Amino acid sequence: MASASLYHDVVGFARTLRSAGLPVGVEQSETFAEALARVDVVSRRDVYLAARATLVMRREDLPVFDDLFGAFFDAADEKTDRAQRVPLAPRHDRSAFFRTALLAYMAERANPRAPEVEVPEQTRAASPVELLRRKDFGECTREELDALARALRDLRFDLTVRESLRLIGARRGARLDMRRVLRNAASHGGIALALHRQRRKLKRRPLVVLADISGSMELYSRILLQFLHGIAHRHGRTETFVFGTRLTRITSQLQIRDVDTALAHAAREIVDFAGGTRIGECLRTFNRLHARRVLQGGAVLLLISDGWETGDAAALDAEMRRVRERCHRLVWLNPLLGGAGYQPRTRGMSIALAHVDDFLPVHNLQSLHDLSTHLARISRRKGAVVTRADEQRTW
Amino acid sequence: MALILPESREALAEGLAARGYIVDDALAMSVFLALRMRRPLFLEGAPGVGKTLLARVLAELFETRLIRLQCYEGLDISQAAYEWNYPRQLLELQARGGRSEGSSVATEGLFQEAFLLKRPLLQAIDAAHDRAPVLLIDELDRADEEFESFLLELLGDFQITIPELGTLTARHRPIVVLTSNRTRDVHDALKRRCLYHWIDYPSLEKEVEIVRRRVPGLADHVRRRIVAFVQRLRREDLSKLPGVAETVDWAEAIAHLGPDDLDPGLVGATLGFLLKHHDDIERVRGALVEQLLADRA
Repeated sequence: MASASLYHDVVGFARTLRSAGLPVGVEQSETFAEALARVDVVSRRDVYLAARATLVMRREDLPVFDDLFGAFFDAADEKTDRAQRVPLAPRHDRSAFFRTALLAYMAERANPRAPEVEVPEQTRAASPVELLRRKDFGECTREELDALARALRDLRFDLTVRESLRLIGARRGARLDMRRVLRNAASHGGIALALHRQRRKLKRRPLVVLADISGSMELYSRILLQFLHGIAHRHGRTETFVFGTRLTRITSQLQIRDVDTALAHAAREIVDFAGGTRIGECLRTFNRLHARRVLQGGAVLLLISDGWETGDAAALDAEMRRVRERCHRLVWLNPLLGGAGYQPRTRGMSIALAHVDDFLPVHNLQSLHDLSTHLARISRRKGAVVTRADEQRTW
Repeated sequence: MALILPESREALAEGLAARGYIVDDALAMSVFLALRMRRPLFLEGAPGVGKTLLARVLAELFETRLIRLQCYEGLDISQAAYEWNYPRQLLELQARGGRSEGSSVATEGLFQEAFLLKRPLLQAIDAAHDRAPVLLIDELDRADEEFESFLLELLGDFQITIPELGTLTARHRPIVVLTSNRTRDVHDALKRRCLYHWIDYPSLEKEVEIVRRRVPGLADHVRRRIVAFVQRLRREDLSKLPGVAETVDWAEAIAHLGPDDLDPGLVGATLGFLLKHHDDIERVRGALVEQLLADRA
């Protein structure tokens, strides 16, 4: 590696990393260049370590970084022009195939325009939403689902709060705001005439949603995605994951304001729409990679699934216990619970029930409203019983 | 007085090793560059891999002060950087009596360094030091995100602005080490100001070496078996994997018992040094201990 071309390489390599999605800014390439001035640039190991120390900002990026470093500097060393990689035709490239297939699938399911024309926005008679309140999502027509989607946009959630350590001014606060008291005293010759008080600020609990989008949940998936989008928007701190055979984080996709674009983006990330369900395994991934981070600060976890587990039952038991330990409240929402005579007899469901705090239906709009009331009542004490919700338990 | 920085990463690694801290070349490079380029070092990794210890050893190596800020939720400027000493200010006001009228005149002279309580961050950039201290900002992930934005100013320019007093700047830039257990993501803007390093669990050889230095009184083959067992344990599905700190604790406990070899009974009785969750202990105790012991890494 000639040092004349080194700075050229720095810029080129930074660009390579950037195009692979690593957050490498100009600032970092400068840092890297600066670091190179302090190491032995003839030693490939030194250049590698310096690059790694200055350009990588996340552990997850390390493998990608290693690959790209190898590829980039091997190519630079050899100075041979490798044949450019020809992109595979979509039918050979499995991941691309799934992406296009899913896009088409989602576009078909979440077509924003066509049905909207047919549904009258306001009618003189009882609003269609009122009639739809108690209709099972699974039995709704496409038009009805669209009406529901609009109703969902207005659904508000009040989550319980907890005290943070931050202080804000409050008339009846428990502690004195000394800075203000002092200023007051200063203007009265050293005698404080008013005692300004402050109290701890209340913080909303973070909400984490894990939604099942496997085959058995297909009827509910679309409306639930709409619902998730709504929650994500009205709640600052919401993390959303969907799962079937694999767990996918769609938090950032749902941040897009336009619901259809958001869902299309989310669908692009999801590889196993309407496949089987391995709840235990997906929970395991969640526990390992995300739980520590997202369940922090007394989170409320909503798990939406019919509990139709096709994977290992023992694993589900262990993972449910683990996730239960980490969150403030574990709420399981099951659309089947709305049906008359439903018994949670499936293997997965009966195992999971031992670990949940609340078991509630999500089959119609009314149940979502009830859910929102329920969440507002969750006790500050972990695991405490919410009395009114008990009446809703049909088992 | 400026610190004498090492000439190469090898020299640095030797210096650290002499104080019982073993580094691989990747970590040596990150620390070396952080020192040379005067950048903060951002260390992430599982609990117990030696993030905090590195800061301590650095302070020892450079024979300088270690200033530690332990982060927690709700940590704010009054705890991290500075606070006005209100009782003293009030007393001062009273002592002056009612001689001055009007608040602007009355508070004059009250907001001076003499009335300032210096918390760790302000201590670290205090111009009174004769040499750069090591500033350890421990477990940053526990602090609120708002706190990170405050750190941006400090870590970018090594200065703190106090509204009533002005901007205080460090005469000797401190060596800054930030650690995170990664319970949440720290903002990229902050990471960009630092050199980032992920500390992994050490290799078998490295960990044997660490135990050798920290617990000298163990027979070679016992030490090897201890480390091999812990390393094997880390491949199990546990809710909290044992860190290096746990290995060292356990090795020390075993050194006190002085056995010739590890046997399942001994391991079972001392598992509490390695595993801190009841579920994990229950899982490992019994058959699995025997299996893992037999399974020489």
